[in-house]
Parts: sequence; structure tokens; C-alpha cells
Amino acid sequence: MKNITNRMWRPSIVGTALILSVPILTIVFSVFEPPGENWQHLKDTVLPEYLGNSLLLTFGVGAGTLLIGVSTAWLTAMCRFPGKSLFVWLLLLPMAMPAYIVAYTYTGMFDFAGPVQTTIRDWTGWRYQEYYFPQIRSMGGAIAMLSLVLYPYVYLLGRSTFLEQSIGVMEVSRTLDCGPWTVFYRVALPLARPALVTGLSLALMETLADYGTVAYFGLGVFTTGIFRTWFGLGDYTSAAKLAALLMLFVFALIIMERFSRNKAQYHNSSGKLTRFSEYRLQGFKAWGAFAICTIPIFLGFFLPAAQLSLWALETWSDMVDDSFFELIRNSFLLGFGAALISVILALFLGYGKRMLPGKTTILSVRTASIGYAIPGTVIAVGVIIPFAWLDGRIDAFMQSSFGISSGLILSGTIVAVMFAYVVRFLAISLQTVESGLEKIKPSMDDAARSLGCLPRETLFKIHIPLMKSSTLTALMIVFVDVMKELPATLILRPFDFNTLAVRAFELASDERLADSSTAALTIVIVGLLPVIYLSKTISHSRLDQGNTEI
Amino acid sequence: MKRLEVKQLDFAYGRNQILFEFDFSLEESQIGCLLGPSGCGKTTVLRAIAGFENPTKGEIVLNGNKLNGSKIFVEPEKRQIGMVFQDIALFPHLSVESNIQFGIRTLTQTQRDKRSNELLDLVGMSQFKKTYPHELSGGQQQRIALARAIAPKPSLLLMDEPLSSLDEELREQLAREIRLILQQEKISAILVTHDQNEAFAVGDHICVMHQGRVQQNDSAYNLYHRPLNRFVAEFIGEGALLPGVVADEDTITTDLGEIKGNLPESCKHQDNVDVLIRPENVILGDDKENRAVITERYFRGSGYLYSLKTSGGVELLSLIPGSEALQIDQSISVRLQIERPVVFSRP
Repeated sequence: MKNITNRMWRPSIVGTALILSVPILTIVFSVFEPPGENWQHLKDTVLPEYLGNSLLLTFGVGAGTLLIGVSTAWLTAMCRFPGKSLFVWLLLLPMAMPAYIVAYTYTGMFDFAGPVQTTIRDWTGWRYQEYYFPQIRSMGGAIAMLSLVLYPYVYLLGRSTFLEQSIGVMEVSRTLDCGPWTVFYRVALPLARPALVTGLSLALMETLADYGTVAYFGLGVFTTGIFRTWFGLGDYTSAAKLAALLMLFVFALIIMERFSRNKAQYHNSSGKLTRFSEYRLQGFKAWGAFAICTIPIFLGFFLPAAQLSLWALETWSDMVDDSFFELIRNSFLLGFGAALISVILALFLGYGKRMLPGKTTILSVRTASIGYAIPGTVIAVGVIIPFAWLDGRIDAFMQSSFGISSGLILSGTIVAVMFAYVVRFLAISLQTVESGLEKIKPSMDDAARSLGCLPRETLFKIHIPLMKSSTLTALMIVFVDVMKELPATLILRPFDFNTLAVRAFELASDERLADSSTAALTIVIVGLLPVIYLSKTISHSRLDQGNTEI
Repeated sequence: MKRLEVKQLDFAYGRNQILFEFDFSLEESQIGCLLGPSGCGKTTVLRAIAGFENPTKGEIVLNGNKLNGSKIFVEPEKRQIGMVFQDIALFPHLSVESNIQFGIRTLTQTQRDKRSNELLDLVGMSQFKKTYPHELSGGQQQRIALARAIAPKPSLLLMDEPLSSLDEELREQLAREIRLILQQEKISAILVTHDQNEAFAVGDHICVMHQGRVQQNDSAYNLYHRPLNRFVAEFIGEGALLPGVVADEDTITTDLGEIKGNLPESCKHQDNVDVLIRPENVILGDDKENRAVITERYFRGSGYLYSLKTSGGVELLSLIPGSEALQIDQSISVRLQIERPVVFSRP
């Protein structure tokens, strides 16, 4: 019995990895497909625009997240000023805000017809074009929106690395007559670089994956380009080729992330970790620090949340009806289903890696978890092409052998949506499950058995109690990510099937901003769950465990 | 009847053979040690006895019952063998008391409480009953792990480098404590370690291993004074091998004069041999002959330990009691004082 499970396990792990990599392989191999007639046209006209805009957006958001992330991380890690202990977790709040929701909330507030400009006009008597006001729906606006909600990646990793830096090197620099600024530039920042680059690459992966913001702002980047080519031109090969180009960028980021993660272990401090004596900020410095931390929290969370709440108060009575509950039901069903499948697969792969160590298993698990970096748009295109092909085959087979049409079994059904979610979010649940498994040392299994436990009892007495919390965490994080997911759902959802995210985006795109707020607010409230969890782990982690995984 | 007998054990991971014809036995209430450098296979022996690995050949007999063979394999949970691990492996979700009671689930609650209180007393940790493992220091955790392992009164206790994760000072103290606890509970045990001082402190007899083979299974005294081969001579204690030539049946001539004593029968006239010289065998001489130069000096409390270089270029260690320090680079006269020389023939 034991042998059979062992013999089946490794092949199933390899099989799972292969199935999950189908979308990515589809996109990779699309490069070798003969180009359609549109491709040449796309290449000459819009491709330079997509390329330029995507690069501009990436650099802009990179600069923005670094600026906000590093300054807030340094201040909350190294300095003491009023409100600091609150800021440590308040700074995470913008993570609960999907970028597209912030984007249209800001548009609603700062557009020509919005309350801010109207007030300005009322007070001054100026009229249209008689004054300058920055255009929200622009490249600059998109950079600002994405930076405001993505900086927590840099902040989290930056803060934990500043806290972990050996107190020795800091104090040595102080004895060598370095002031706080010199310590920051010459010691802390170079030491923190690998961690900051890791945080940055995660933020940039999200930037490249973003569809909602850029689509709402009407910017031509890769994700919007894929949509246009797919739905506008109906040219699947060209869309896949665009997706492949986008994936090239993503792979560059993955390499950057892996490389810096490896490097981080050498930059890590040695010796015992004790708390660095914080710099006490006083007077205008303290207020400056206070402002630097308040602004991103206010702009990235409280202001848009307040606007959404105001809108929701106005409109909820019209919006909350049976169809709204159906949206909630759909979102929860998808979220819970995808979370359950991801966690089961993560347990299966995680335990496989533990019980059957070896190159094949490790490579398979790694392949299975590459989806976290791939934009939802790319995955969706990579899912629908093979699924449609398979549906065609099954249908043809059913027609010829039984004379009945099976129709679409996979593409255009929930199966495709779920599959895309699992591909994209498996890595998150896998990471959580694996970090839980690390806490159960192999010697604990041995100890339990030498104390008279059967393997089954070991599972119930040791593994289940110890794995419970990380499994629940993995469920929650995937659930929330699915709730927020937009582009893959837009492409793959069955006809007439809506989720909260899709509905909010559709209403906002139709300029019914206030109407979309109820759905949006629901997403934000659910999105707060993992942020609260994360802030708890930050405050509970002792210094030597300050390494927060995201 | 012996408590444990391990006969002609072979073990291999695929093509990589770890153990070769390994023999070992343990009497009632005895503590044996497996001592050797890392990678010598000592942990594999332990895991095979515990039932976590299945040996390719040979047999393990506990209390007269065979534990393995072509048709039988007793699972670890059925062997009644307790184990203490290098990384301690307390269950983090259970309190100290529940950890100790983990292996005696079949007893009644009163019996369980009685046994765990008794053991907490024994390891001196009664006040930590309700504490959780992460709140304890390394030494305290290992005491609880020991209590947990001996709670079911196992026929045999296995300890895999139990002290290596602890500070040096604590290690010696805990090693002595473990010996007392095991003697008090009359438990037969095997300790695996790479630290000879630990082995000397705990073990009744010590099995020195190297590259999967038994080198010598003996008392600490014999390992130090009567090593059977070069590996044991060099692995145990400090010392050096001094080349010499057999002059007659009880004399060897060396750079530092003659060594007299009973020689093994295998030594023939004019054979080239190496003689094991311990630091305490080299004492100050008083003639112009047998000179050596001091190259290093280390303070050792009751005296000084010197590194010496003979005219023939051999490096020796010498422990000279007293508070007077000799100077580095000074040339001194030395004398060898050896009652029973340990001699290895040179190939």
C-alpha cells in the first residue's frame, strides 16, 4: 500500500506541474505560430506605443513605490516619533485597495465635474480651461494610483530588513562619526538593497499585471493591448504574441527577484539581534516624519475609502437587490472554490516535496508556482486557447461516435475561470503551506512514532494541529485575491456571469461611479482581512523572526 | 541475555554504502556510546535500531526479539525504543506536561499525572509543567525531551547528539545529569556523539566508528591508552606518532632515544614502526642528547603544553607541570617516559 502511494505520488506531482504550466507554455509556443495578418499592422502602429507606455509605467511606479516604501520603512524601523506604532500597520492598509478602484474613485473626485474642481470654480469664478488642474486620467495619474496601493510591498520587505540589520554595523558606523543620514546612505541602504529589489520586483509584477487602472484611464499598454486585439480584432494569435512579449518583461522581473532573494542571505546580519536604539525625532523633524507616513495612508486608503462610503450611502438602496446578492454569491463561490483547490494542491505538492525530496519534485513544484508572476490577462489567453481546442476535439468525438454535441465543457465555463485562478494563485497558498511545514521538523515525526504513534495518529496529533493556522491563512489569502481579480475573470467568465469586481469595473467604465461603489466597498472590506492578519503577524513577530513573507 | 545485539549490519542508500558489518551490543542498564567524526554512519546505526531505516543486511535483536529480517520488520512505534533528537523536536503546540505524557496515552489520567510529575522532578523542571516549549531555554528543552522519551519506560533509549545544540558549559553539566538520570531510572541507552569528552562523561563503553566500520569498542581508558589502530590513536586525545626502528624484542630506537617496554609480537627486528606519544609521555631531560626546539606554548592551568620539533623534524606535544614557562625557540632536552608503548608498524 505504502509503495503504491509512493510510486503514484511523484508522477502525480510532475503531472500537476505540467497541467498547470499549460497556459504559460501555450503563450511561449505562440511565438512560433505563423503571424496573422494583423500582426504586421500591430507591430508598425501600436506596438511601439504599448512598449513605451509599459516601460514608462514600470519606471514611474518603480520610482514611486521606492520613494514611499523606503522612506516609510526607514522611519518606522529606525526612528521614534508620534504615532509611529500605529503607522507600522496603518501603512499596510492601501494593500486592501485594488488599483482600479482607487483609480476611478480619484477620477470621480478630481475630474472636471468632480467635487474638487467644482468647488474651485465656485470659489474663484474661473471657467473651463481658465486654470490648470492635473489630469487624473493620464500616465501620471496611473503611476500615482499604482504607486499608492503597491508601495506596501517595498515597505514591508524594507522595514523587516532594516530591523534585521545587525545592530553592530549600525553602531560601528555611529562610532565612526556617521550621522543618521550617512548611516542610511552608506550602510543601511546598500545592505537593504536586495530586500528592496525583491519588494520592488513584486510591486512591478503587479504593475505589469494591472488591467483595470490602465483600461479605465485609456492607456495603451500590453494588458489593454491584449484585450483590444482579443475582443476588438478577434485575433487570438496576435493576442498570444503580445502576451508572450509581456511575459518577457515578467521573466526579467522574476530573475531580478530570485537573484536578489539569493543575494539577500549574504547581506543578512550575523550575530545576535538586539534592538537598535532608535533615533528620537523632535520638533519639525518629528512632524515631517509624521507627514511622510500620513500622506500615503490618507491618499492610498482613507480618502478613497471615504469617497466610496459617501457614494455607497447615496446609492446602496438602489444597488443592493437580488442581482447584488448574486454577485456576492458568485464572487464568494469562485473565491472559496479556487482557494480550496489551491490549498489542497499546495498541501499535496508541499508534502510531496517533504516526503520525496529530489530534483524532479523540486523542479515540478517550482514550475507549478510560477503563475504568481504572470499577469491574469496572459494566463487567461493561455487558458482559453488550449481549452477551446480541447472542447472542439471532445465535441467532434461526441458528434462522430454518439451523434450528440457536447458543446463547451471547459472554455466559457467556470472550469476555465477556476483553472486560471489556480494557476495564478497556487504559489501564494504553496508558500504559506510550505512555511507552515517548515515548522514541523522531520524529527518530530520520528519522535511521535518512537512514542508509539501510528503514521495516521501522527497526522492527527501533530500535523493537523500544527498546519491548521497556515492552511487557513492560505485559504484566506487566495480567497481575497480571487475576489479582487479582474482581467482573467473578464476574459474567461461564462456569458452573463458577473462578479463583484467585474460589476464594479463595468459600472465605473460606464461612468456610473457612484453606482459601482457598493460592490467596490465590499471588495475593499473583504480585502482588509489579509491586511489585518499581516499587521498582526508583524506586531507579534519577534525581532529574529521579523522576516515577513509576502 | 543482552539488552541489545546488533549483528553484522550493512546499510546502503542506493549505491552509497554507509555501514559495513557493524557489530554492537549492550548489557542491561548500560550506557553505550557511538563516537566518530561526522559522516561516519553513527546516526544511521541509531536510526536503524529505532526502525526509521531498514538495514540491507544483518540483524537487530532487542531483549531476544528480532526486529528485522527478510520477513519481519517491526515498525518504530512497536519497538518500545525511546529517542532523543539533536534538534530536540518537542511538539510546539503542546505544553511541557502534555509533551511528556504524549507517549503514555494508554495509561489512566492519574497514572499519567503521576509519571509526568515524577519525571519533571527527576529532570528538575517541576515549576515548568504548564509552560510551552518555545518559552524554555535550549538546555531546559532538552531535559523535557529526555523526560518525554523515558516516560513510557522504553527498553532502550537512543540519543542522537542530544547536546550538540547547547553551549559548551551546559553540555558538560547536562551530560553528567543525563548519566545520573539514566542510572536512576535503570535505562539502557545509546548516545551518539562526535565529542569524546561527552562520550567519556556518559558512556560505560564507547564504540569508535570511522567510515561505516567499527574501529574499537572499548572503555574510555583503553581507547586512550590502548588504541587498536592509527585512527583511534589520532582521534582520541592529543598526541603524535614518532617514527622508530625495532632494536630488539623490548626496545625501539627513535630520534629521542630508546623506548623500552613490551612490544606486540608482530614487531620484528629492524621493522620501521610509529610509536604513539601522548603529551604526558614527554618530560624534561637532563643530558645534551635528545634535543627538541619549542615552537608554541599554551597555558593549561596546572602547567604548560608545548609544541616541540625534534631534530628529525617530527612535531610532538609535551605537557610539563609547574608554573615556570620555557621560552619559544629554546632548545631543550626531553626524555620519553612510556610504560607500555603503543606501536603501529609502518607500511
